Amino acid sequence: MTAHTQVRLTVNGEEVFESVEARKTLVEFLREDLGLTGSHVGCEHGVCGACTLLLDGAIVRGCLLLAVQCDGCRIDTIEGVADSGTIADLQQAFAARNALQCGFCTPGMLLTAAQLLEEVGVPSREKIRARLSGNYCRCTGYHAIVDAVEAVARARANIPPQQGEGRIAEGDPGRGR
Amino acid sequence: MKPAAFAYAKARSLDHAIELLGGAPAEARVLAGGQSLIATLNMRLSSPDLLVDINAVPGLDGIAVKDGMLEVGALVRHAQAERSDLVAKHAPLIAMALPHIGHLAIRNRGTIGGSIAFADPAAELPACLLALGGEVSIAGPDGCRSVAAEQFFRGLFETALSPRDVLTAIRVPLAERDGRFGFAEFSRRHGDYAMVGLAAQARAEDGGLRAVRLVYFGVGATPVRARNAEADLARSDLAAAIGALARDLDPPDDLQATGAVKIHLAGVLLERVAQQLTGRERRPA
Repeated sequence: MTAHTQVRLTVNGEEVFESVEARKTLVEFLREDLGLTGSHVGCEHGVCGACTLLLDGAIVRGCLLLAVQCDGCRIDTIEGVADSGTIADLQQAFAARNALQCGFCTPGMLLTAAQLLEEVGVPSREKIRARLSGNYCRCTGYHAIVDAVEAVARARANIPPQQGEGRIAEGDPGRGR
Repeated sequence: MKPAAFAYAKARSLDHAIELLGGAPAEARVLAGGQSLIATLNMRLSSPDLLVDINAVPGLDGIAVKDGMLEVGALVRHAQAERSDLVAKHAPLIAMALPHIGHLAIRNRGTIGGSIAFADPAAELPACLLALGGEVSIAGPDGCRSVAAEQFFRGLFETALSPRDVLTAIRVPLAERDGRFGFAEFSRRHGDYAMVGLAAQARAEDGGLRAVRLVYFGVGATPVRARNAEADLARSDLAAAIGALARDLDPPDDLQATGAVKIHLAGVLLERVAQQLTGRERRPA
């Protein structure tokens, strides 16, 4: 029962042709077979979001997909997206605002946030929180993460930073707890 | 790797999928979105011998109006249904429920058919299907058949599907002009399974509600209709309807709440959903 299947997929723009065991999840395949360890393995049942990846351009859980299912698909990981430069501002904002502590959740947070900004432009803090609710930060650094995402959204839209940005904002029930 | 070893077969067509399931020597499972199945494999709560992947089966990912019903193909992803104008127009209750399912990364992959076939007692879509009086289209070794939602959900994770069947679509009656819909749920965090949830449909008539259907989830082995409360609400007696829930529902205690707390929460949800049903506008919970 350890039959291997050949899969051909495009990972970060490069064609990959490998033989995988059916029970291997996509995130394990990327980490172990391709050495792309930026996607992290957390809960392995779709709750924590540490394994977030792009499958044909949409965010998915890398732990809830089998590598064999991805034959013919395009996968983008944090390595590819970061190298492309498209989220350089988001990465800088995370660093500047201390929006990562241990960094375990960061690749998933960045990919989830990047897709939100692409879709929505300048989302409200509430919308940012709702979207990031599928990604757990066990250092609980959520406020700084929301700040970083909001700051990048505003900067991309050429909206000047808010007065007192980064401090406790009014009307945000999650702040200051 | 956490899952136990299994064989994997990619079905090329519906017939091929049924043939693979029928020819399997031991336990075979259909793999659609995999957002519940692969989690259970990773936790070794299930260890099938064969997974039949239906993701490449053509013709199962459409949303269309057919014979006066809205048909949603089994492989339609939650996110695809969420963006669908047809779902918003003809099945507003489903449109209200979809944002409550997991998170975007889950909804990008999870399928409508998978949610119905898995029949988690705390899931949103089985309750919606029952509230709408919908039906399930099934293909099996003996051909195709249709099963009404009332007969489809039979017990805890148990449905009218046999191990050799493939769920191909769900069908719901088109929302009428005077149709009213309500949806609300309690969960500890957004995206979690609900502690208690309520999907409801009614018809607005003479300033009141008729043909009320209240379907609770997270309160038993299957979605549960609260028939006494339905009758009370159709008499515009909300207080009586809330009181009737103790007779209609018998939720077991679970890790999240005792049965008594769930009954209380069911009443709170009914108050909110009654407002949605009687409001002039259909609006999401």
